[in-house]
Amino acid sequence: MKTLLDHNQLNITLQRLAHQLIENHLQFNDTAIIGIQPRGVLLSDRIAALVQKITKQKHIDYGRLDITFYRDDVSQGIHVPKRTDIEFSIEDRNVILIDDVLHTGRTIRSAMDALIDFGRPKSVELLVLVDRRFSRELPIQPDYIGHTVDTIMTQKVKVYWAEQDKKDEVVLID
Amino acid sequence: MSLSVKHLLGIKELKTEDIQNIFRTADNFKQVLQRPIKKVPTLRDTTVANVFFENSTRTRISFELAEKRLSADVVNFSASGSSVSKGETLIDTVNNILAMKVDMVVMRHSASGAPWFLAEHIDASIINAGDGINEHPTQALLDAFSMRERLGELKGKRIAIIGDIMHSRVALSNIFCLQKLGAEVMVAGPPTLIPKYIQDLGVKVEYDVKKALQWCQVANVLRIQLERQNKPLFSTLREYALFYGINRQMLDSLKKEIVIMHPGPINRGVEINSDVADSKQSIILDQVENGVAIRMAVIYLLSGKRDLGE
Repeated sequence: MKTLLDHNQLNITLQRLAHQLIENHLQFNDTAIIGIQPRGVLLSDRIAALVQKITKQKHIDYGRLDITFYRDDVSQGIHVPKRTDIEFSIEDRNVILIDDVLHTGRTIRSAMDALIDFGRPKSVELLVLVDRRFSRELPIQPDYIGHTVDTIMTQKVKVYWAEQDKKDEVVLID
Repeated sequence: MSLSVKHLLGIKELKTEDIQNIFRTADNFKQVLQRPIKKVPTLRDTTVANVFFENSTRTRISFELAEKRLSADVVNFSASGSSVSKGETLIDTVNNILAMKVDMVVMRHSASGAPWFLAEHIDASIINAGDGINEHPTQALLDAFSMRERLGELKGKRIAIIGDIMHSRVALSNIFCLQKLGAEVMVAGPPTLIPKYIQDLGVKVEYDVKKALQWCQVANVLRIQLERQNKPLFSTLREYALFYGINRQMLDSLKKEIVIMHPGPINRGVEINSDVADSKQSIILDQVENGVAIRMAVIYLLSGKRDLGE
């Protein structure tokens, strides 16, 4: 097991990602943040809070999206769905999708399909904390990357969050 | 996490965790049904046959909508106008449907136990949509789901099932389901319509409807099934309505507000009066609405059990 990002590095990375988002979306008037259930939401909770703090906005449109019913591997096993709450219209808005680890790209494919069922966004961008590059099975690339890592299929990247796992850390498990 | 069973034949075989799992999943599907696009692509690769050997409005439409909202392909079959009238057996009929690459069968049959028999002979997952006077599992699930929406967790809640208990598959499935969720169950109705030894299932028996209403928090009122009575079990419908029908006066005389349910179709003025069925105490249409979400959950959770074959 190898630590990719420790507590400090992780928090600096989150700060950077938040600033990069603000660089492109300024006051977030036309932009919404959507975290992907279940683990991406822990990241998007942090990012949304940081963005709100830095921009000093009273309100930022922030939702959570569950992709269970949009998966392409239903016949290989049943996953328990989590809540979807998108309490605003995404029609003609910029949407930033957030997930913790980008691997094969299949989750993001499902997320885009799920998103389109809520309306037609003006644009969709992807933010991930860890990009496992060279392991993509679909032509999907992130717009904002916290940390890039080269891995092989059998390895696992695990992101721990203080809210749930009592520590902030990103590790690579062999 | 999928269910502990391959088929949904009866509530009797389900574990309590299975029921909770179905409810949690149905909560999510109910949310999907509130969206502008009430449809998810989950079961694009699945074909479901609805095989109905007995009449149905609600259950059949509800199943068909559930399947369509999961993006499954649907074929409908009803006994009238089919080769069943030419003498084809149940297994032959279903195997012929399955030969056309169908993954799941939803079946209603007038013979109690028919889905169990079928499950022994075919590979596809079977969902029982009512068999004779035995079980109607999805109805019980949607009933319990609707009660839970009103009352919260059902543990310790008092539920009375009133009316034709003898001929009702809804009653038996309800008893199993509610007991697994920890509720107390009472059956009430005329002695001729309550099966002997039903108290062995651990339910209370009451012949005075008024007393049952005073005891319960929810009254699930059942239809008088004249089509299943081959000898008269009460004198007239009017007499039944007089002694066992639920009316406004009766409810007003209680010192509390109870929840009224009915699985449909309603015989208005017999087991339930319009001033009760259409009141705000009644959640009859909520039951129908929840039926689609519950059936989506059941179909979704069973679809992982499919034999992928080759």
